[in-house]
Amino acid sequence: MDRRKIEESIFKWLMFTSTLIIIFSLVLILATVIVKGMPALNGAMITQTPKGGYYLGREGGVLNAIVGSLYLAGGATFLAVLISLPVVLYLNVYARRGSRLVAFTRFSLDVLWGVPSIIYGAFGFTIMLFFGLRASLLGGIIAVSLLILPIMSRAMDEVVRMVPEELLQASYALGTTRFETALKVVVRQTLPGILTAILIAFGRGIGDAASVILTAGFTDNIPYSLFRPVATLPLAIFFQLGTPFPEVQQRAYASALILTVVILIISMVSRILTRRFTKHIVK
Amino acid sequence: MEFKTHISVKNLNVFYGNEQALKNITVDIPGKRITVIIGPSGCGKTTLLKSFNRLIDPVDGVRVSGKVLFDGEDILDPKVEVTQIRRKMGLLFQKPYPLPMSIYDNVTYGPKIHGIRNKRELDKIVEYYLKQASLWDEVKDRLHQPASKLSLGQQQRLCLARGLAVEPEIILGDEPTSALDPKSSQRIEQRFLELKNEYTIVIVTHILRQAKRLADYVVFLYFGELIEHGPAEDIFENPKREMTKEYIKGIIS
Repeated sequence: MDRRKIEESIFKWLMFTSTLIIIFSLVLILATVIVKGMPALNGAMITQTPKGGYYLGREGGVLNAIVGSLYLAGGATFLAVLISLPVVLYLNVYARRGSRLVAFTRFSLDVLWGVPSIIYGAFGFTIMLFFGLRASLLGGIIAVSLLILPIMSRAMDEVVRMVPEELLQASYALGTTRFETALKVVVRQTLPGILTAILIAFGRGIGDAASVILTAGFTDNIPYSLFRPVATLPLAIFFQLGTPFPEVQQRAYASALILTVVILIISMVSRILTRRFTKHIVK
Repeated sequence: MEFKTHISVKNLNVFYGNEQALKNITVDIPGKRITVIIGPSGCGKTTLLKSFNRLIDPVDGVRVSGKVLFDGEDILDPKVEVTQIRRKMGLLFQKPYPLPMSIYDNVTYGPKIHGIRNKRELDKIVEYYLKQASLWDEVKDRLHQPASKLSLGQQQRLCLARGLAVEPEIILGDEPTSALDPKSSQRIEQRFLELKNEYTIVIVTHILRQAKRLADYVVFLYFGELIEHGPAEDIFENPKREMTKEYIKGIIS
């Protein structure tokens, strides 16, 4: 066989194997979580908070962590949207094309994206100390929003960047301000992408353990105030896996299953929403 | 034919960074006529057109000097309220850019922003301007469908209706038929010929035959310089400059 044909078949084989590894990892992770978690998953797991001695294998569930995670990731996502959207609209609508500040902002976001989440946890912790906050829902929300801010901003930026300059000009030509154009044309045109960015960030936020370990604390109760500690699913998994009791370890997998299902639901909802909002998009 | 000046360009220079896109342009654009700006691509036609409604503003490193007088006001003056200038000039691009909303909302987008809220009034505006753009009959039963579902030719007429709905005095067209099929192009041209009784129309084109069909007044640009301008019959039948002659004969392009 000639050299080019061998090259071609090696490369084909490589691509095929790589693709297979991706699919296989997903299947394997899901299978592990399901097989190990299913037996421990019951009504009590998702409807009850831990009773006394839960971590010794007695009664209760992880409702505290489910609700806590939703509160925390929801709050952090909300906060991150409030900052991301103006940043992205500034970069793409207000700032002059090719300006240095724009390039530097994008660079900063990329660097922030690469910062490990434990650093955000530590940073959030320092901020909390400065303001005299204890480990609390608010502290966790701040740390997680810092963590997901660059992810959300850059994901939004990538879609808003695709808006053709002429579409903006078409709107300006009708005598609109930049703000009107940003809100009524740019956001509408990119709504599916913006929603996807928000949900990706939410998914990343709800699954992170390192940023909340110092900032959100942990509790067996459902928090009723921003200033109380809050439990999260990733930490619940961590604590349960850390016990010496097999039945509690199994509950960790059940918790992981719950977290996976939550994220699955979110990405499915995002798919549906995306389809719904693409109706008016100009190609 | 008599010409009454509507836009007056005086010593206009535009630089992109170190590159000079327009060199000392002085020309008067007549009112209620079709003025066609001709010249090869990349010679500053679009820049001249966009300087009329200041759409060259957001480009980084752009420098402008000179004056563009419109109703006696210098629109390049930084103190001028740019949104007020722009609403007096409708703009059509090479490719139609409908806004990401329904046909109805595309037409009412401008009027709504400028303060019209009454539903019945908006309905009237939609019908009136879609008729002016000769699109009404094709879309009257699906006004609330996405504008992006229309054909390119229909989209360009929708863009025309959308521009007219803010009651401009001037229509600017940057090669407005270049993305359209011949039939659609013809319809747009027909609209221009009818609309010139009410509006001042300025069109950029590099299609010489289109220029001949439409123009009352011609501006010939070549690499940022104004070579010649004048009434259409003079430029096409009797050009004074050698370069204009060659361009019109098709020797240079």
